[in-house]
Amino acid sequence: MNLSRKWLDEFVTVTADDRTFAEEMTLSGSKVEVTEVQGSDIENVVVGKVVSIKRHENSDHMFVCMVDVGAEEAIQIVTGAQNVTEGALVPVALDGAKLPGGIEIHSGKLRGELSDGMLCSFKELGLDQRDFPTAYENGIWILSDDAELTDLAIGQDICDAVGLDDHVVEFEITPNRPDCLSVIGLAREASATFDAPLTLHTPVVKGGAEGSLVELLDVETPASDLVPRYTARMVRNVKIGPSPKWMRERLRAMGVRPINNIVDITNYVMMEYGQPMHAFDYRYVKGGKIIVRRAAEGEELTTLDGNVRKLTANHLVIADETRAVGLAGIMGGLNSEIVDDTTDVVFESACFDGTCIRKGALSLGMRTEASAKFEKGLDPMNTLPAVDRACELVELLGAGEVLDGVIDILNYVPQPTVLALRPDKVNALLGTDVSVAEMQEILTKLGFGVDGETITVPSWRGDVAHYSDLAEEVARFHGYNNIPCTLVSGETTRGGYNAEQLMEQHLGTVCRGMGYDEIITYSFISPTYYDKIRWAADDARRESFRILNPLGEDTSIMRTTSLPSMLEILSRNYNYRNKNVRLYEVARTYALGGEDGLAIERKVLTLGAYGDTDFFTMKGMIDAILGSLRCENVRYEAVKDNPSYHPGRCAAVYAGETYIGVFGQVHPLVARNYDADAQLYCAELKLDALMAAEGSDPIYTPLPKFPAVTRDIAVVCRNEVTVGQLTDCIRRGAKGLLKSAVLFDIYQGPGIAEGCKSVAFNLTLRNDERSITGEEADADVKSILELLESELGAVLR
Amino acid sequence: MKQQLEVIRKSALEAITAAAASEELEALRVKYLGKKGELTAVLKQMGKLSPEERPIMGQVANEVRAALEAAIDEARERLAAAKLEQQLIDEAIDVTIPGKEVRIGHKHPMYKALDEIKEIFVGMGFTVLDGPEVELASYNFDKLNAEEGHPSRDWSDTFYFDEDSRVMLRSQTSPMQVRAMETMKLPIRIIAPGRVYRKDEVDATHSPMFHQVEGMVIDKGVTMADLKGTLNAVMEELFGEGTVTRFRPHHFPFTEPSCEMDVQCHKCGGKGCPTCKGEGWIEVLGAGMVHPKVLEMSGIDSEEYTGWAFGMGLERLAMRRFKIADLRLIFENDVRFLEQF
Repeated sequence: MNLSRKWLDEFVTVTADDRTFAEEMTLSGSKVEVTEVQGSDIENVVVGKVVSIKRHENSDHMFVCMVDVGAEEAIQIVTGAQNVTEGALVPVALDGAKLPGGIEIHSGKLRGELSDGMLCSFKELGLDQRDFPTAYENGIWILSDDAELTDLAIGQDICDAVGLDDHVVEFEITPNRPDCLSVIGLAREASATFDAPLTLHTPVVKGGAEGSLVELLDVETPASDLVPRYTARMVRNVKIGPSPKWMRERLRAMGVRPINNIVDITNYVMMEYGQPMHAFDYRYVKGGKIIVRRAAEGEELTTLDGNVRKLTANHLVIADETRAVGLAGIMGGLNSEIVDDTTDVVFESACFDGTCIRKGALSLGMRTEASAKFEKGLDPMNTLPAVDRACELVELLGAGEVLDGVIDILNYVPQPTVLALRPDKVNALLGTDVSVAEMQEILTKLGFGVDGETITVPSWRGDVAHYSDLAEEVARFHGYNNIPCTLVSGETTRGGYNAEQLMEQHLGTVCRGMGYDEIITYSFISPTYYDKIRWAADDARRESFRILNPLGEDTSIMRTTSLPSMLEILSRNYNYRNKNVRLYEVARTYALGGEDGLAIERKVLTLGAYGDTDFFTMKGMIDAILGSLRCENVRYEAVKDNPSYHPGRCAAVYAGETYIGVFGQVHPLVARNYDADAQLYCAELKLDALMAAEGSDPIYTPLPKFPAVTRDIAVVCRNEVTVGQLTDCIRRGAKGLLKSAVLFDIYQGPGIAEGCKSVAFNLTLRNDERSITGEEADADVKSILELLESELGAVLR
Repeated sequence: MKQQLEVIRKSALEAITAAAASEELEALRVKYLGKKGELTAVLKQMGKLSPEERPIMGQVANEVRAALEAAIDEARERLAAAKLEQQLIDEAIDVTIPGKEVRIGHKHPMYKALDEIKEIFVGMGFTVLDGPEVELASYNFDKLNAEEGHPSRDWSDTFYFDEDSRVMLRSQTSPMQVRAMETMKLPIRIIAPGRVYRKDEVDATHSPMFHQVEGMVIDKGVTMADLKGTLNAVMEELFGEGTVTRFRPHHFPFTEPSCEMDVQCHKCGGKGCPTCKGEGWIEVLGAGMVHPKVLEMSGIDSEEYTGWAFGMGLERLAMRRFKIADLRLIFENDVRFLEQF
C-alpha cells in the first residue's frame, strides 16, 4: 500500500521527517517498507524561458537557443526539437544535471556550437503522457502551453514546478487491517501515532440532475448471502475528459495510472476510502436493471483487460437482464466500459463476501487491486460515504450532473461489536500497569466508542472481537518497547530431550568422530528416483505420499527411503571432484498407513562414502556405532537380492533378532544412474531398531587377575567357507577358556590347494579364577580344531 | 711399589679421561682393573712386602682402585650423555611436515545453529518436541484460528495430498503448539524445531523446504513481558551480550497481541546499510500471546491460563550467524562447504 504524504496531510498534519515517520508508524503497527521521494532522481533541472532561437549554421535540423534560467546571463543550448518557440517556458537540464535512468547532462559542443545543457521532453523527466495529457509527445515539453501549470517561475526547480515533489511511503499492511489499505485508514493510524488531530470530511453532493433514479435504475441481489451491501448512484450528462492535475498527481503517487475523469474518480475514492468502486456506462445496462447473481456454469464474460473469462457458479457477477456486465469485486466487463462518448454513468459502491471474491479471483488467476481489498473483508458501512464522495468529486470536477437519491440495499443487520475493556486482564496479559485512562484515550483516538469500560468497536475494525484484541491496541500505542522484560516465572519445569532425540545426538557424535559430515536433504523426491535405485516396478515401497500440487516432478512425492537422497549428494560431491567423502544424515522417511491418514514417519541413519572407504571400513563404522550402543549378539548376513546394492558386497545387520538395517557397496548400475564412476558405499540403519537394540547401562566387569595364554592357528578350508562360519565354530568348539578369536590373515596362493584358503586366527584363552597351564590351553585348541574339521572340513595348515 | 701404583694411577686416569667410546672405556677397565689387569698384577706382588709395608701399600692400592673406578663411572656417564645427545640430533625431524590425517566430521551449520538454540531453551526448562511433517490441515490451520479462506491455505502456497485439502505438508511448526496443548500437562514449556514446506521456487533466499523452531509457554499469569524478557535473553545468548532488539506489532491468526522481533543490524549498528536494507534492523522472528480462541480450541481455559509463542526461521538465522550468502548452499551439501563448520 502506497501513501502520498501530501494526500495524508489533507487529513492529519504530521511534520515528522520521512525516517521518523517510517519508524514511528512501524512501531505502532503500520510497517513501512520504503519511502520514495519523487523527483529524487532528477537534479539541476529548472524552468527556463527561451529568449531567442536561430538555426544552427552547420545543421539543417538543429537550433541554437538562448535560454534564461534565472541566472545573470542567458545560456546557450542546442536542440534538435522542432517545437520550440521564442518565449516558451521549458524544462532545462543544466550542466551537471541528473535525469531518471542515471543519465547525466554535461556542457559540450554540437557541430561546433556550445550547448550548456539540454531542453527536456516530459519522457526525459520520467513522466508519462497520462500524467500530462496535453503535453506534446515528440518534442520539448512546452510548460507554458499547459494551462494547469500555473505560477511557473524562471529558474524554479522543475520538480516543484510540475508537482513532482511528493513523498510516497510504502506500507506492508497485515491482512487483518484492510481498513489501512486507504488514505483515511492510515491517516487515523498516523493521527493516533503522532497525537495529531484527524480531520475527516463529510461529502456534500448537490445533485439535482434531471430524472428519477428509481425510474432509471433498479437493483436486485439474488445472491444476497454474498452481497452484504450494494450502494449505487447515477451521474448524467457526463463529459469524459482528463482529470485535473492534482488528481492525476495523487493517483500517480499511489501507483495508479490516470485514465479519464470518471475512472480516475473511482480509483481516487478507492485509495481515499479503501472502498473499491466501479463505474459502468448506463447505456449498456439493458432494462435499467442491475442484478447481482452467481454466474451460470460456463457463462462467459470479456473483462476490461480484453480477456474472455469462463465462469462457474462460484463466481459472482453484476448483470443486467440479459448478460453479465462485470465480475463483482474483481473487474468490470468490457461491454459496459466507460468510453469517450459515455453520457450516463452508474457508480457502484458495494460490499461483497471476501472468500467468494478471493476464490473467484484465484480461480481466474486475476487478483486485482479491488479483489485484494474485498478478500480481506471490507466495512459495509463504508459504501455510502464512498459513493457520495465519488459524486461530490464529479461535481467538483464538473464532469457531470448527479442524480438525487441513492440505491442502497442492505442484506445484513448492522450491529456494532460491544466489548468490556477489562483493564486488569489487559494489564495481566501484557505484564504492564497501564492506567484505565490511558487505555480509554488510546481507544478513543482510534475511533472506538468508549463509555467507561464499555467499548464499541468501530465498523471498520472487524478484527477486534475480544479483550485481547483491545490489549493489542493498548500495547501498540503504549508502545511494545515500553512493555517491561521479565523472565518466565511460575512452576519450574524440567525440560530436555526425549530418548529418540538423545539417540540422534549420540549417533551424530559417533559419526562425526569417525569423519562423517552431516548433510540435510529434501524430504520429497521424484518417483523416478525409485527407478534409479533399481526398485522393481511393483515394489510395495514405491507407495508414497503424492503431492497433488508439487513445484515439479523432482519434489512430488515423499520419500519412503533415504537412499536416493544420499546418492544424489554423493554423486554431486563426486562430480565436484571432492575426494574421500563421508556423509551422514538422520533422515526421515514417510510411509503410508499412519493414524488419521498421516504418514508413518521413521528416521534412518544413512551413511554414504566413497574414496578411502571400502566394505570393511563401512562395516567397521557400523561395528563402532553398535559398539557405542552396547548392542549384543550383533551379526551380519550376506544379502544377494537387494537391487540397490552389489549382490556380493551387501550385508544385513542384526542385533539378536532385531533387524537394524543394510549396508554395502552400491550396485554399479545404480552408481552409473548417479553418474558416479566410483565405488559408492552406503548404509541404512533404522533409528527405531537401534533404539530397541541399545544395550543396558554398562556394569563394571573386574579386570582379569590371571594371565592369558595365546595361540595362533591357521586352518585351510574351501573358499566357500566364511570367516563368520569359522569364527562361530571356534566359539562353540572351545571348552570354556576362549576369550577371543581374532582374524589376522587370509591367504590364497602357492602352498594352498586350488579353491582353498588359509585363514589364521589369534586365540586368547584364560580362566578368570586361576592361572592356566599350556596343556589346558592346548586341550581347548584341540577341541576347536576337531570341530573345525568335522563341521567345515577346515584342517590345521 | 708405591711408585708403580702412582704410575698406573696417572696413566690410567689420563686414558680414562680421554676415552671417546664406551667400548674403549671397557677395554681400559679390563686393562687396569681386570683379573689380568695392571693393578691386579701389582697387587699380586703384595706377598713380597714386609708385614709393616703391607697395610700401607694395601691402602694406597685401594685408593688407586677406587679412583680408577670412580673415573670409569664418571666417564661412562659422560659418554652416555654424549651418545644420547647425538641420538637426539640424529632423530631430529622437520616438524613442518604435515601431520597424519585424522578426520573429524562436521555438524551441518543449520543444525549447529539449531543446537545452540535448543540448548538455551533446555537450560530454561523447555522440552524439545518432534512432530509430524505430513500434517492435518486442521492442526496446521483450523485449530490455529486460520479459518477457511486464509490465504496461506491456498493451493498456490501449501502442498496438499488430497483434493479435500485435508492432509498437507505442514507449512509451519505451529501445529506443534496444538499437539502440545492437546497432549501435555500444564504448565507447558516447549520448543519444536523441524522441517516445514511452502510452495516457493528455489533461489538465493527461498526453498520449498526449510526449518523453523516453534516455542510456547502456557501457564497461569504468563505475560507479554515474559515473552519479551525470554526472547531478549535468547538473542543475547545467540548474538552476544548487549544485542539490541525491538518489538513491532504484527498479525498472526493464532496470537493476540502479535509482534515481530528485530535485532539491530550488527553491521551498521542501526544506521542503515545494505545488509539490513537500510532499515537498521533485521527481523528474526514472529511471536505473540497465544490467541484465546486457540487455547479454547485445545481445551485450555483462556480465562485461567495465558501463554506466549514464537516461531523463528532457522535458515535465515544460520545464514546470518555464519554469513552464508546463498540459501542453496545449505541444501547442496558440498563437503567443501560443510567442512567449514
